[in-house]
Amino acid sequence: MTNLKIKDNPDLFVKPDVNGMREYFRNKPLKMVNKVTTVKEAVEKYVKDGDYLGVGGFGASRIPAAVLHEIVRQKKKNLGLSGHTATHDMQILAAGDCFNRCDIAYVVGLEARGLSKTSRKAFESGKVKAVEWSNAALAWRYKAAAMGIPFMPSRILLGTDTAKYSAFETITCPYTGMKLAALPALFPDIAIVHVHRADVYGNCQVDGIMISDSDLVRASKRVIVTTERLIPHELIRENSDRTVIPYFCVDAVIEVPYGSYPGNMAGEYFSDEDHLQEWLEAEKTDESLKKFLDKYIYGVKDFNEYLYLCGGIEKLRKLRNQEYLIDTNK
Amino acid sequence: MSFNSMELMICLAARNLEDNSIVVVGTGGPCAAAMLAQKTVAPNLNILFEAGGLGPELPSMPISVGDSRTFHRAIAATSMPEIMETCQRGMVDYTFLGGAQLDMYGNINSTMIGTDHSKPKVRMPGSGGANDLGSLCWKTMVMTVHNAKRFVKKCDFITTPGYLTGPGAREAAGLPPGTGPFKVITDLCVMGYDKDTCRMQVESIHHGVTKQQIIENTEFELLWAKEIKETAPPTELELKILREQVDPLNYVIGRAG
Repeated sequence: MTNLKIKDNPDLFVKPDVNGMREYFRNKPLKMVNKVTTVKEAVEKYVKDGDYLGVGGFGASRIPAAVLHEIVRQKKKNLGLSGHTATHDMQILAAGDCFNRCDIAYVVGLEARGLSKTSRKAFESGKVKAVEWSNAALAWRYKAAAMGIPFMPSRILLGTDTAKYSAFETITCPYTGMKLAALPALFPDIAIVHVHRADVYGNCQVDGIMISDSDLVRASKRVIVTTERLIPHELIRENSDRTVIPYFCVDAVIEVPYGSYPGNMAGEYFSDEDHLQEWLEAEKTDESLKKFLDKYIYGVKDFNEYLYLCGGIEKLRKLRNQEYLIDTNK
Repeated sequence: MSFNSMELMICLAARNLEDNSIVVVGTGGPCAAAMLAQKTVAPNLNILFEAGGLGPELPSMPISVGDSRTFHRAIAATSMPEIMETCQRGMVDYTFLGGAQLDMYGNINSTMIGTDHSKPKVRMPGSGGANDLGSLCWKTMVMTVHNAKRFVKKCDFITTPGYLTGPGAREAAGLPPGTGPFKVITDLCVMGYDKDTCRMQVESIHHGVTKQQIIENTEFELLWAKEIKETAPPTELELKILREQVDPLNYVIGRAG
């Protein structure tokens, strides 16, 4: 992209080309214009086969589920995936056989819920190329990219097999002489995140933890945002201390109520543990998975139909009660 | 009062958390231990979750380290960089980790079983935050069932550093000095680490467990403290709080036999 001579390493899926990215960001459409679109159009326009993808949230908390489903529905292939706390998000993409390389921090599992058979198979078959990192490593790689610097020095990964199967270099600190892990800046081609509130320009507000989304959206070439609700621009300005993503990072905005389902959305609804178990069950055989995907992803036209199949408003009302710790039986 | 192995491990882990200290936990047993500690030995223990939850008043056991319980009535809802940087600054006393394999230096494998990384026999989740927490927190604890498949001579893959190859190895690798494995709490015994060799060492044996049983369930050679005590069992009060306040739905303590 630029005249920077970047050390060649086949395990480094994305090169820390900070000068090239400066040029890219300079030429990105930076105007504050209406970016509201549909999930279908956004995925058609902004997600290309082979792209490197970063997913916001935390596996099954505040995830952009509608966009993940649409990526599967449109049969996007050979994506690179940042496996930063990838749980249900990876499960969806693995079911669609969408990725062929992965920077791993956390994959395959759904925390205490169990292991995704499809995700496991993707790695155990040798089909997906795996490079090892950690949660902080990927978070700080996003941060270096968001800062516009080629690497972030850190004191993790050192001395382990995680380091042997990773793709970072070590450096000596010019001040202290300490050995440090130089984590290369990670600039995803595309980031997808789900937020609580956004205006039509892509100014976003989030309630609760940010996980690594602040840096992810600043590091990425293209950003698709789904939001629980669109709010007037005026309300963004009235509560400007709550704005965590500015419009110029964002390419597309889509209003998707319950867009993190079956994941948790802080202050809105809890995760649907029954449906997440249904997913894990469905993965037991190829046949049951196919049937499940035909029903919930390929057989529906959009996320709203999926929500309806999963129990619609009544189910979502129960999940809202659960989020608020309201026990209607007491 | 009778208790199962999970209840035992949670109670013992809770006793190892000092008041006014800071701990990063995951879900399950470690989170239960931290919650129990807050209600017993360490009322001012501050619990952090790697996704960003800082000092929540946990209303129930979280399902995910990123779910909304982890910042329910919290001091702050922050971010993953914020929590990890707090660890790297040296402000976090404890963390709890788990894994499929553990060697005598406390190195942990949570990545894969097998010999070929490009085609593992069993792919596991990987580091997640484990490598970060095990590298950066002052004291790392492990709670796990004790068997020879888990306590192995050599991990198939070292995901998270224990004492690596022995004394001085962590510092030589570039990890912050003074950090490392602290306790291993199993269903058979409590172990620490010998200062001179950095090797795992049995400190106390649970009631009804024999030394032979521990040896048979450990693939590597263990060290034994000069004075080995019988582990003080969970008290009625600890069990009552654990069952009634910490995990009333049996979410974690129901998992053990």
